[in-house]
Amino acid sequence: MEKFDAIVVGAGPAGATAAYLLAKAGMQVIVIERGETPGSKNVSGALLFSQVYSEIFPKFWESAPLERAIVGHAITFLGEQTSVNLDYRDLDEGHVPHNAYSVLRARFDPWMAQQAEDAGAMLMPGFTVDKLLQENGRVVGIEAGGDALMADVVVVAEGTRSGLLKEAGLRTDEYHASDVSIGVKDVIALPEDVITNRFQCLNADEGVAYTCVGHTGGVEGGGFLYTNKDTLSVGVVAKIDAVYKSKLQPHAILNEFKAHPFISRLIAGGEIVEYSAQAIHRGGVHLIGQLYGDGYVVVGSAARLLLNNVMTLRGMDVAVASAAAAAKAILAAREMGDYSHTALAGYEQNFKATNVYKDMVTFKDTYPLLENERLFHVYPELAGAVLGDMFTVGAKPSKKGLKALRDDMRGKVSLWQMLMDMNQIGKGLVR
Amino acid sequence: MSARTLTLDDLLGLDRYEIDEEQSHIQVDQSRCQRCQLQPCLTVCPAAVYVVTEGEVTARYENCLECGTCQIACDSGGAGGITWRPPRGGFGIAFRYG
Ligand SMILES: Cc1cc2nc3c(=O)[nH]c(=O)nc-3n(C[C@H](O)[C@H](O)[C@H](O)COP(=O)(O)OP(=O)(O)OC[C@H]3O[C@@H](n4cnc5c(N)ncnc54)[C@H](O)[C@@H]3O)c2cc1C
Ligand code: SF4
Ligand code: SF4
Repeated sequence: MEKFDAIVVGAGPAGATAAYLLAKAGMQVIVIERGETPGSKNVSGALLFSQVYSEIFPKFWESAPLERAIVGHAITFLGEQTSVNLDYRDLDEGHVPHNAYSVLRARFDPWMAQQAEDAGAMLMPGFTVDKLLQENGRVVGIEAGGDALMADVVVVAEGTRSGLLKEAGLRTDEYHASDVSIGVKDVIALPEDVITNRFQCLNADEGVAYTCVGHTGGVEGGGFLYTNKDTLSVGVVAKIDAVYKSKLQPHAILNEFKAHPFISRLIAGGEIVEYSAQAIHRGGVHLIGQLYGDGYVVVGSAARLLLNNVMTLRGMDVAVASAAAAAKAILAAREMGDYSHTALAGYEQNFKATNVYKDMVTFKDTYPLLENERLFHVYPELAGAVLGDMFTVGAKPSKKGLKALRDDMRGKVSLWQMLMDMNQIGKGLVR
Repeated sequence: MSARTLTLDDLLGLDRYEIDEEQSHIQVDQSRCQRCQLQPCLTVCPAAVYVVTEGEVTARYENCLECGTCQIACDSGGAGGITWRPPRGGFGIAFRYG
């Protein structure tokens, strides 16, 4: 039977990073990926935040297939017929890498897998790992397509749909529909220069990202619109239990979002070229799953690692950071010749020392905010109404801001409720 | 075509699949569906894979986008009738953009 030092299940950001680092350190590594090519099963927004990537893959921006550098981030509140937009632009053109880049996973993931292969890892695409093999409660290998492969350590990097641990009876944490969202997305083609002009970019290397709240069928969730080279990624992410309670199908929620006049103008004239979907963990430090056991580690989304603080949704860089922390622990375990759970516990310590983990702790109070339904169907409307009152010169006498707010709030939210919500927003995002 | 007027079938028609003609990667246990009140599978699937035909919940697995939502929804909001496994290696959805 074939034996490797390490088997990595899944060639997403987490798996590819683990394979790259382990192979670079001289381990014999095989990566098994169920897609015909890496990325062909994967869907993200997607914004790739540079910091963590650049620590592991120096100068990645010089060779990775990136779409546009994100020089503008906007958060937009969508009322029925209004939009309120907070638009941040970084106008300093010079600095590289940029904070974030847009990517398309079917194009980007093969590049990551290539880094692992170049470092010496073996890639086996087109094979689904069917189960984890155990001996005396210890993971000793995997089975794929009827063949068994053994290894000292198995890196479980299966992503959100991770089912291998549960089937092996090793998963102690359960997924709940309220802890997971569904993301649905259209990729919409538009000529490169139309995108550049429409989004006020200098050239085809620059792009922007909109995060939107409101107009998602009243379902707790949000919308996004990111610019790629000659396509736009337009999608919604909504809590799974909220979706089935609403009885609105995901594509209907996406259609409602796209039909909002703010969005429909931005995508006008475009042609949909792909429709995709993917479940995504809600994230947060309170939901981090099991990270390791005897003979295995769990990295990336398979361990439910994700950070969402309304302003940024980070899964890929979080996956990379966790894989790097795990790889470091595996290399230490190799020194000791011991891959038991005690030997691999260093992974958790390593991960907790990362800025990614620290950020997860910093934004732990953002999660209750994401459960607050008024954020999705009261405040976006209210923000538009109040600003509308203030900008409009109409037949009635004008009002100052507070008076406009009090009038527009009536019947929608009480003052007391709103003060409580402001406190929650403050705790989640401000202080 | 305008970006807004596509039906779900049109949308799915844009995607590339390698359909496994021999086996479905989704099994539905009817006995559980019979006692399922909410039937979340009928709502949450972005590809409307689950449909009721002649009183039974059936899965049009060839349309599956492999998002993983149905299993989670069925386990916690339904009656646990779904067994979803990844399709055999190389089969199923193949995103060109992702
Ligand atoms: C709509 C949406 C928008 C998002 N936007 C962003 C964003 O803008 N920025 C960001 O950073 N993150 C974003 N994310 C989150 C991000 O996609 C994930 O956090 C990230 O992909 C996790 O990486 P991973 O390597 O852990 O898992 P994945 O990327 O899911 O990779 C898992 C891999 O394992 C393979 N696999 C699974 N099971 C098996 C098996 N049994 N055998 C063999 N192979 C297997 C899969 O095919 C896949 O290639 C978004 C997610 C969604 C759904
Ligand atoms: S949610 Fe599950 S149990 Fe309920 S009808 Fe659908 S498949 Fe059956
Ligand atoms: S995995 Fe997603 S697309 Fe496939 S059947 Fe389940 S919910 Fe539908």
